[in-house]
Amino acid sequence: MQKRKIHSKLLRKEALECYLFMSPWLVGFILFIGGPIIASLILSLCKYDILSSPKFVGLGNYWTLFTDDPLFWQSLRVTSLYTILAIPLLLLISLSAALLLNQKVSGLSWFRTIYYLPSVITGVVVALMWMWIFDGKFGIMNYLLSLIGVDGPVWLFDKFWVLPAFIIMSLWALGPPMIIFLAGLQGIPRVLQEVAIIDGANKWQVFWNVTIPMLSPVILFNLIIQIVYSFQVFIPAYVITEGGPANSSLFYTLYLYRMGFRWLRMGRASAMAWILFVLILICTFAIFRSSARWVYYEK
Amino acid sequence: MSWRDRSRRNRRNQWRRVIRKIVIYGVLILGSFTLLIPIFWMISTSLKPFEQTLIFPPRWIPDIIKWDNYSETFTYLPFLLYYRNSIIVTTTAVIGQVISASLVAFSFARLRARGRDFFFFLMLSTMMIPIYVRIIPLYIIFKQLHWLNTFKPLIVPYWLGGAAFNIFLLRQFFRTIPIEIDESAKIDGCGTFRTYCQFILPLSKPALAAVIIFSFMFHWNNFFGPLIYLSSADKFTLPLGLLGFKDMYYTPIWNLLMAGSIMALLPCVLVFFFTQRYFVQGITLTGLKR
Repeated sequence: MQKRKIHSKLLRKEALECYLFMSPWLVGFILFIGGPIIASLILSLCKYDILSSPKFVGLGNYWTLFTDDPLFWQSLRVTSLYTILAIPLLLLISLSAALLLNQKVSGLSWFRTIYYLPSVITGVVVALMWMWIFDGKFGIMNYLLSLIGVDGPVWLFDKFWVLPAFIIMSLWALGPPMIIFLAGLQGIPRVLQEVAIIDGANKWQVFWNVTIPMLSPVILFNLIIQIVYSFQVFIPAYVITEGGPANSSLFYTLYLYRMGFRWLRMGRASAMAWILFVLILICTFAIFRSSARWVYYEK
Repeated sequence: MSWRDRSRRNRRNQWRRVIRKIVIYGVLILGSFTLLIPIFWMISTSLKPFEQTLIFPPRWIPDIIKWDNYSETFTYLPFLLYYRNSIIVTTTAVIGQVISASLVAFSFARLRARGRDFFFFLMLSTMMIPIYVRIIPLYIIFKQLHWLNTFKPLIVPYWLGGAAFNIFLLRQFFRTIPIEIDESAKIDGCGTFRTYCQFILPLSKPALAAVIIFSFMFHWNNFFGPLIYLSSADKFTLPLGLLGFKDMYYTPIWNLLMAGSIMALLPCVLVFFFTQRYFVQGITLTGLKR
């Protein structure tokens, strides 16, 4: 009887300590995460412009967005197009870089540093840099193109070429996915590749039937992270093009920002945020579902 | 096979290996150049007088190296102020982040309580929620608190847990520390907090370093938060302040813009160079280990 009393006293003490250590996050969660999430859901059902109190409109915001807002659809189009084009390219390039770095080359750490360095520079600085590089008249992109006889477009002011410019910008940050691929590659036991070679497989077959399947969890991880990230691209769109020309680079989050903080239509902006969240969830879920077919986990 | 055939095959294989090495090195070096050209171009532009930036074909090495572009950034805009603001916000936020994240991670990793795992998964799931969902209510909250146009919205949330990613990283790392350490500390009479301070934390230096680095990079480069919360130029951080060079006149003042950008990115690059191991460690800690 004594033992059980002391035991439960100790457990209660430990539970108290647990929540004590957890308390910063608990407080932060209620104030800055949980509370705002609920508030934002409610706001998305209201008309609110900061100056007057919110007015309940039910699903009115969502209805207007879907049926009466061409810019909403445009921003979805721009963001989806960008995502669909940029991510496969990015994964391909970072995987190739990881494969190269995985060969036994001396100076590996130098190359790794150089390939990761661009992604250390983020946000506004990178956007400004690219804004200068893609300058129609004096930027080096068009200069380098002119060296091979190509007359480069006015990238950032051309409705067709502005998204390719954004895609090129995203490829520059191949560092993080490359590092993750590299770690994944180094986790593949050499035994598997050697066995395959002994069984008569050539280099390509080893790649497709051993390396890639063993890498598939890492590919899945990178894929999901990149999708979640590219749906929320904001800084280059805001800093460089402000959505232009003619809304051909109107990324979703930029439109959301404009809706909520320029036009003060905060109810509708909250609705946009929730639509974004649901979209990301759907995409992630769909990819997870499909992953059962192509992702191979070690047993 | 005769020894002559064998040596011929060996020589062929040797050739193949050499060619393979050349190709690999070649591609790697070509890639390196492609990646570094933008940075060289930035540096080159930052050392030119303004007129020289607007010529075609562009010059790589300016004939007058204008070092005082760098000092001019301080006179054109309150650049030093922006730098100071960035330093203030970043250091206080990072300190708060490290302290609170490690406390919370310790609770998830070592201390037992009913509902602990529920809160852990709750925390993980918040990682998936875009900031845009919360930003409008957050703006309203900070407006009611009269915290708008101060640094408080950029700092306080990070003293209260902050980024779930960092908590997750530390929790995973804490779990790799053998429980025997905690037990022997307890036998020696240490309470929970002392065990945490004197044993767990010192053993967690790599993970703590990773958190400091990631947190530093995030706050130093944070643009969206300052954009929403800061409205007067004297409060601007570097990312916001840099835009001043872009928007002041009809065309951006390219040379000053690039000089300012380089000064803005220098801390990040320096931190990166001195702490590379922790970068790789940090990313793989969360990505792959179970």
